[in-house]
Amino acid sequence: MSLQILEIFEPGETPLPHAEAPGIAVGIDLGTTNSLVALSRDAKPEVLRDAAGRGMLPSVVAYDAARPPQVGEEARRVLLDEPERVVSSVKRLMGRGARDIKALAGRLPYEIEPDAAERMIRLKVAGKSLTPVEVSADILRALKARAETSLAREVTRAVITVPAYFDDAARTATRDAARLAGLEVLRLVNEPTAAALAYGLDRGAEGLYAVYDLGGGTFDISVLRLEKGVFQVLATGGDAALGGDDFDHLIAQQFLRQREEDGGGGDLSVGEAKQALLTARIAKECLTEHTDGEWMLEVGGRQSRHRLDIAGFEALIAPLVARTITTAKAVLADAGLAPGEVKGVVLVGGSTRVPLVRREVAALFGRAPLADIDPDEVVALGAALQAEALTGGGDTLLLDVTPLSLGIETMGGLVEKVIARNTAIPAARAQEFTTYQDGQTAMMIHVVQGERELVAQNRSLARFELQGIPPMVAGAARIRVTFAVDADGLLTVSAEERTTGLSQAVVVKPSYGLDEEEMIAMLRTAMENAGEDMVLRLLTEARVEAERVLLALDAALKADAGLLAAPELATIERRMALLRQAMAAEDRHAITAALEALDQATQDFAARRMDHGIRQALKGVALDRLASRLEAEDPS
Amino acid sequence: MSLDRVISGETAAGQRPCWSCQAPLSVRAAFCHACGRIQPPAALDHFRRLNLAPRFDLPTADLEQQYFGLQRSLHPDRFAGKSSREKALSLQHATALNEAYDVLRQPLRRGEYLLELRGRPLNGADGGTIDDEELLTQAMAMRERLADAAGEAEVLALIASAEADAAAILAEIEGAFAQEDLASAARLLTRLRYLAKLTAEARARVAGAGSGVQA
Ligand SMILES: [Zn+2]
Repeated sequence: MSLQILEIFEPGETPLPHAEAPGIAVGIDLGTTNSLVALSRDAKPEVLRDAAGRGMLPSVVAYDAARPPQVGEEARRVLLDEPERVVSSVKRLMGRGARDIKALAGRLPYEIEPDAAERMIRLKVAGKSLTPVEVSADILRALKARAETSLAREVTRAVITVPAYFDDAARTATRDAARLAGLEVLRLVNEPTAAALAYGLDRGAEGLYAVYDLGGGTFDISVLRLEKGVFQVLATGGDAALGGDDFDHLIAQQFLRQREEDGGGGDLSVGEAKQALLTARIAKECLTEHTDGEWMLEVGGRQSRHRLDIAGFEALIAPLVARTITTAKAVLADAGLAPGEVKGVVLVGGSTRVPLVRREVAALFGRAPLADIDPDEVVALGAALQAEALTGGGDTLLLDVTPLSLGIETMGGLVEKVIARNTAIPAARAQEFTTYQDGQTAMMIHVVQGERELVAQNRSLARFELQGIPPMVAGAARIRVTFAVDADGLLTVSAEERTTGLSQAVVVKPSYGLDEEEMIAMLRTAMENAGEDMVLRLLTEARVEAERVLLALDAALKADAGLLAAPELATIERRMALLRQAMAAEDRHAITAALEALDQATQDFAARRMDHGIRQALKGVALDRLASRLEAEDPS
Repeated sequence: MSLDRVISGETAAGQRPCWSCQAPLSVRAAFCHACGRIQPPAALDHFRRLNLAPRFDLPTADLEQQYFGLQRSLHPDRFAGKSSREKALSLQHATALNEAYDVLRQPLRRGEYLLELRGRPLNGADGGTIDDEELLTQAMAMRERLADAAGEAEVLALIASAEADAAAILAEIEGAFAQEDLASAARLLTRLRYLAKLTAEARARVAGAGSGVQA
């Protein structure tokens, strides 16, 4: 009710407005560089923005021993001055082990804990030891808070997108992060599929479509068939370690090489490396719109200038772009299609703004790609549509596939594939194996994911031992191993000895994942840190309250601004602006103060509205109709 | 038609109670008519699973209409807010539908499956011996052509000719199944299997030898 602008609660006293209709669920694009949250109502998805109108939340988290983490724009600012406190691009580390990280050695501006040989890696930041799951959970918490502020209600359920090419470990890590952040994941949806959903529903497209998704850290290409509300993925492929970040690296390397040639060598600190990358990124973004530019680097107190034009930039990145095109061709071949059969190509990811990328994609498919939905937002919009379909019904159907083959190690370190890539999910397949030694009573089952022939070239997902096999001659036992992949792309493996019916089932927990104990410990820590969380909660509450008051006041002003003298109106508007400013920052006391100031400025207005309302009522307008009119004005 | 019924084992039209409300249901009912809850999937062959008659010349449109229609009501996405039991049952249904669709949409696998249903499974392509002289000669010649192919154009030409051969064989297989000539169907399917393998290898070579494949 509008008249409630009179009452202002102390933050902390008002419970968060609880979901009246529990159906609500948001769509989240948890990106390498930026993350977004969106909500769809009546098949119309919208990105949820902060008080300053920003939709993208930089996937950057700044840590401090004494304070709760800062996420997004603020953390990005910290990146400039105290880069050692900041974690960015953490998505590239999801589900990774120390061995994987060696492949990225020197390219990650993090300090990795050295002892993490067989566990999920840990980052050393601001005196803390953090897993990528925890860092991602901090980003998800910020998105959840943004959604709650924007919608003025609690949000506990989400559809989260992952690169189609994410393996089982990375998918599990994403789910774990959501759980830590207090979000129930209704479904993990592949990013290209989400993008297709946003395009397909938007324009009733039919036929074959390709989605070319070049994000900050991953590349995905998918071919889908769209028909009467069915989104059927035919084939998908990509590269989990290729993205726009790599363009930045190449530029940074070039700049640093130039410095060395000019006699400015020397080792870079982690902080300086981050600054070089940041400069490189600015250069890349600039070269998307301009033909050349000059940038400055400051390392070890010495400045240097670096010129780069678009031809030079394209020469640097051409091999990477060519790699994406080769992958795209392979995926088309997998689907048994020629490029010309594809009716439209959808571009996703900020890196597809790079002109060379657009030219090469257009050349491959022989047509200009579609990019009229903002490539930064399209995935979140699709996720929101799927969230609505899952909660509110809806007639669309997403039929996705496994991005990578799943198999078992056999003799000689070879891989026997059980589920081939591009198999529609959910899927289950069984295969029989046998013992290879007389009297063998146990069998190690090693589950791997990937396309290569040798185990060592693929990703190890899990190992378990089937015990108690009755002793028989080699080759007599019949061990049936069943792989089941659910609709999120997560794998369960079970094994059974067929001659005795001895059975063992394991849920595959990736070798580099969190085990249940670690997860519980983290949840406990989260509770012990309730102090920190309380601060965050109070901040959210203050924002929710401020939003409510602003909406109510807007409605009241629209109806009755005539009751105010011009200077009174000016004061109210100024204080509203101040409140909006305070809401964009992280200080809840500032929000409370701005609210109080606004409250004072509106007290006379509220009283006059009340009088006016009563006079109107005495003129013959029934009070109950007045109340209902005021109710109707109140959009909250 | 009577043959179809024998093959799918549909003669014993059993009943079972709904797990939730105990209402008596046909074993084939996907949903309870009384409480509306999803039921465990019945043991059905792939054709029955998709409400299709078992035949080789299966129109793609029929197959897709059934598959999409059933997934629309049984896919886990329709059960996001339901109990874990209902979710698990939907997962089983969707898995079975995907398996059936995967087998039936590919002529080669559909043919092999049909032979299996009729009690004449084909020998494994890798394990079983092939005694088809014509196939062996043809296979060796094509393999040599692929090995000798100098450029993409030559490989593409090879793919085109293999696909033309496959189309001709498909027509013959249809005829064989129509006349219940299962021996000919088996011989032709073995040829088709070989052509499919060769085409896949040739395609992979054009695409850049599995470069999309990297763990
Ligand atoms: Zn029932």
